[in-house]
Amino acid sequence: MTKRLTGMMAAVVLATSATAWAEQATDTLEIETENGALTLLTEVPAPAHLQDALDTIYSGWLFREADTRSMQKDDFDNPGMVFVDKGADTWNAAMGANGESCAGCHNGPESMAGLRTVTPRVDDKTGKLMIMEDYINGCVTERMGLKKWGTTSNTMKEMLALIAHQSRGEIVNVAIDGAAAPFWKQGQEMYYTRYGQLELSCASCHEENYGNYIRADHLSQGQINGMPTYRLKDAGLVSTQQRFKGCVRDTRAETFNPGSDEFKALELYVASRGNGLSVEGVSVRP
Amino acid sequence: MTRQLILASLVALYAATPAVSETAPKDVSYVDGAVVAALSSAPGNAESGAKVMASRAQGNCVACHQVSAMPTVSFQGNIGPALDGVASRYDAAQLRGIIANAKMMFDGTVMPAFYKTTGYIRPGNAYTGKAAEGELPPILDAQQVEDVLAYLLTLKE
Ligand code: HEC
Ligand code: HEC
Repeated sequence: MTKRLTGMMAAVVLATSATAWAEQATDTLEIETENGALTLLTEVPAPAHLQDALDTIYSGWLFREADTRSMQKDDFDNPGMVFVDKGADTWNAAMGANGESCAGCHNGPESMAGLRTVTPRVDDKTGKLMIMEDYINGCVTERMGLKKWGTTSNTMKEMLALIAHQSRGEIVNVAIDGAAAPFWKQGQEMYYTRYGQLELSCASCHEENYGNYIRADHLSQGQINGMPTYRLKDAGLVSTQQRFKGCVRDTRAETFNPGSDEFKALELYVASRGNGLSVEGVSVRP
Repeated sequence: MTRQLILASLVALYAATPAVSETAPKDVSYVDGAVVAALSSAPGNAESGAKVMASRAQGNCVACHQVSAMPTVSFQGNIGPALDGVASRYDAAQLRGIIANAKMMFDGTVMPAFYKTTGYIRPGNAYTGKAAEGELPPILDAQQVEDVLAYLLTLKE
């Protein structure tokens, strides 16, 4: 046996004895909702564009501990649901310059069902890549005459939660061809770029090393189908754009800004890596 | 002698010792990923090296590697191989090269280069997310690399 092999075997023995690295779960995400049980897809074959890199895609939920997973299994236990309700209050509020409300134009929030599965997407009329925040701010500024909401403000994240919730259980299916193609390519390039002084790309952690531990963190595939997420550590919501900033910062890099063209393109690309998973509405993370 | 006097003479002694000389990151020469010459003229200190390896702000080697000889360091990762017995697998020059810039030995590895100052994409000011101002210092200085090496050399099978 080579020295290297002996060393590796010693490492395996140690890993099972000295440390308790938890395995990825083989759990089913069946959620108790007001309207009965709803089962979500957390493990599906990778979309065609990804098949050189991955066979199977997994929701980040499978990488969390049992207690965190169970919070997402019951809407009563999911701390994120409070923010869905707050989003609904804002939806109904007559807050526009002339007393307009979201509800006034769109009726109930259920009119938004399905939107979360296809965003980010390129707007037909303008040719611009739109993340959900752009659609929301479009209404806030142009149709309600208000100042735009901060991309990562609480009001914005509550609205993201409300709108994502309307698509819970529907399958992510963002378009990557046609007008979306150049944005998607840009996002893909970013995904594999090794930023910062630590020279780590998204792929370094979420493609090459999902399932492994980086210090206390059990690395997932970095999917965004559960966004926005309720983060126990922050006792609040975290949106996709905010999470990207945190991950890039952790490579000792100069980050991009939430809502920047770069992060929008990256969001489209990362969303497409989750094509086939269920939208989870508000997920729960440690 | 009073305490103060002892201190004063110690300080004088320190000032009198010749300055430690170091090899700058850009001057390090790699042969098959190994670095033969020590980066600092002062010998490495294994105890300091262990601290550098466990500290989040410095080496944070345990973020990716398990070291069984550090049982009090919690949450050791498993991105890279366990470092147990690593000094029986590599010699000092190879280990120095791996610490300084592992990419010279392991093409495309996710292991960061700890003694390098250029070639970064969007380098930031530590973990602030802001742009770095001017050229970054290496993540570890020459002495810290030698200290980490001294510690790794204690990890024999
Ligand atoms: C230094 C390692 C590292 C790098 C590089 C990194 N991430 Fe992460 N990321 C983490 C950790 C740790 C977590 C929390 C645990 C988990 O879900 O993987 C995380 C979580 C996430 C999540 C939340 C997933 C969930 O289910 O809640 C997303 C989305 C994400 N990362 C995307 C990215 C993207 C996009 C990039 C590149 C711009 C990136 N990450 C780069 C370490 C990293
Ligand atoms: C972000 C992850 C990461 C960090 C941080 C990291 N390493 Fe590594 N290291 C790796 C990986 C991955 C390998 C395997 C090389 C490869 O890619 O094939 C490795 C390999 C090694 C090896 C060779 C081990 C063997 O048995 O082949 C040594 C020695 C080593 N690292 C030491 C260190 C030291 C010392 C530090 C901190 C100063 C450190 N590493 C920090 C990821 C990391």
